[in-house]
Amino acid sequence: MATKEIAGKTIELDADGNLAKLTDWNEAVAKELSKEEGIEQLTDRHWAVINYMRKEFTEKGDAPSIRKLTKESGVDTKELYQLFPKGPAKKAARIAGLPKPKGCI
Amino acid sequence: MKKLVILGAGTAGTMMLNKLHGELDRNEWQITIVDQHETHYYQPGFLFIPFGIYSKKDVIKPKRDFFPSGINVITSEIEKIEPESNRVLLNNNSVISYDYLIIATGAKIAPEQTEGMKDKLWQKSIYDFYTIEGACALANYFKHWEGGKLVINITEMPIKCPVAPLEFAFLADSYFTERGIRDKVDIHFVTPLPGAFTKPKASAILGDFLGKKNINLTTDYNIARVDNDEKKIISWDETEIPFDVLVTIPTNMGDDLIARSGMGDELNFVPTDKHTLRSEKYENIFVIGDATNLPSSKAGSVAHFEADILFENFLSAIEGQPLQAKFDGHANCFIESGFGKGILIDFNYDTEPLPGKYPLPGIGPFSLLEETKMNHYGKVMFRWMYWNFLLKGVELPIESNMSMAGKRF
Repeated sequence: MATKEIAGKTIELDADGNLAKLTDWNEAVAKELSKEEGIEQLTDRHWAVINYMRKEFTEKGDAPSIRKLTKESGVDTKELYQLFPKGPAKKAARIAGLPKPKGCI
Repeated sequence: MKKLVILGAGTAGTMMLNKLHGELDRNEWQITIVDQHETHYYQPGFLFIPFGIYSKKDVIKPKRDFFPSGINVITSEIEKIEPESNRVLLNNNSVISYDYLIIATGAKIAPEQTEGMKDKLWQKSIYDFYTIEGACALANYFKHWEGGKLVINITEMPIKCPVAPLEFAFLADSYFTERGIRDKVDIHFVTPLPGAFTKPKASAILGDFLGKKNINLTTDYNIARVDNDEKKIISWDETEIPFDVLVTIPTNMGDDLIARSGMGDELNFVPTDKHTLRSEKYENIFVIGDATNLPSSKAGSVAHFEADILFENFLSAIEGQPLQAKFDGHANCFIESGFGKGILIDFNYDTEPLPGKYPLPGIGPFSLLEETKMNHYGKVMFRWMYWNFLLKGVELPIESNMSMAGKRF
């Protein structure tokens, strides 16, 4: 399994380059991952999505799809794509320290 | 009498009906199947209709031809399932109760989910080929089309038969070449995926085919709306792609009855155990085919492999035994690549499509991830197998779980 130095910690990554362990995640890690995804600054709106995703994952065991995100996080699709350009579900999941959503097969 | 009710008489429901009818004791079990339609469509054949290879008559047969005798057939819409009280309400207010339920209500396109999709250009310059109406309308349009920008766009995943849009692009290349106007047709394949297909190795190989056939590829494109006046699609990040004809693969959703029953996810697919095929919530409900939320392809081959697993697990369940059979996500797709050739892929949840020979290791006759005439014949022959064996639940000489034999990795 690949490892990587993120925010001063050696962290295990899965085959998709997402964190292998949920417990390795913290806000500093999220900030570095977001830079890798081309997002310079995480705003409150970014955090609303990230926190929703982590909550959803802890409760349901799977990262939510874009449809579910827009239905339940209070952030609509348009804004979601502004916050996480190109692939919101995939990018937000990675920054939130979650595996790639199951829907993205 | 114990009661088994099957909802949906498409590929998956009909297969399960025939398999279980042959096995369950007729003095103990009453089997009922419910479907609102009387016609069975061979959906893999829809792909060929726009190019004049098949017509409507090649893909339809009466559903009753595939029902065994001694079962109860109800032709009706279904209002909803009441899983807590083990019954199904039909839309004529009648009620059927069950001991076991198999949900096989499929998936269908939902173009109304995208703004401007089902507007004034619908079936004038915007077509789908996942319905018989769409496929036939597109055939008429293509017959007289003189060329221009053909955009093929997948709205969002998951979709039924994820290779069909690629096949459509390959066949369009072949069709317009034969008509002598290929130089006037700009084919543009626009997908929300990061590549031509869902799995990396196959994606790279299939992406090369697109390049060789002079088909433009745009990846990571998520359509937000259609501008009917200026004839262009616009993504969520405002990238515009103009079209003269748009062939859309709209959002796919499970049946509305699943939503009415409160049993679905956000796309009306039923949460299902990905190995046992039992409903995640109800012990006496099984789900098969496109109706599930499984992370597998939504395709007839998948339903076929699932049917073998569900058959075993159903028999275990009614005996009160643990469910031993495990579905591995096996899918097997003939990809029509145009000019009388085809490509074959074989994969499951964990193993992506690999090159090699299938089904006999080293022999074939089919070649995995290669373009051959034999693969095309396999696809053509498949329709006959579908009507004569598959729907009737007759065993085919193919393993339901994927085999690594014959694959190179």
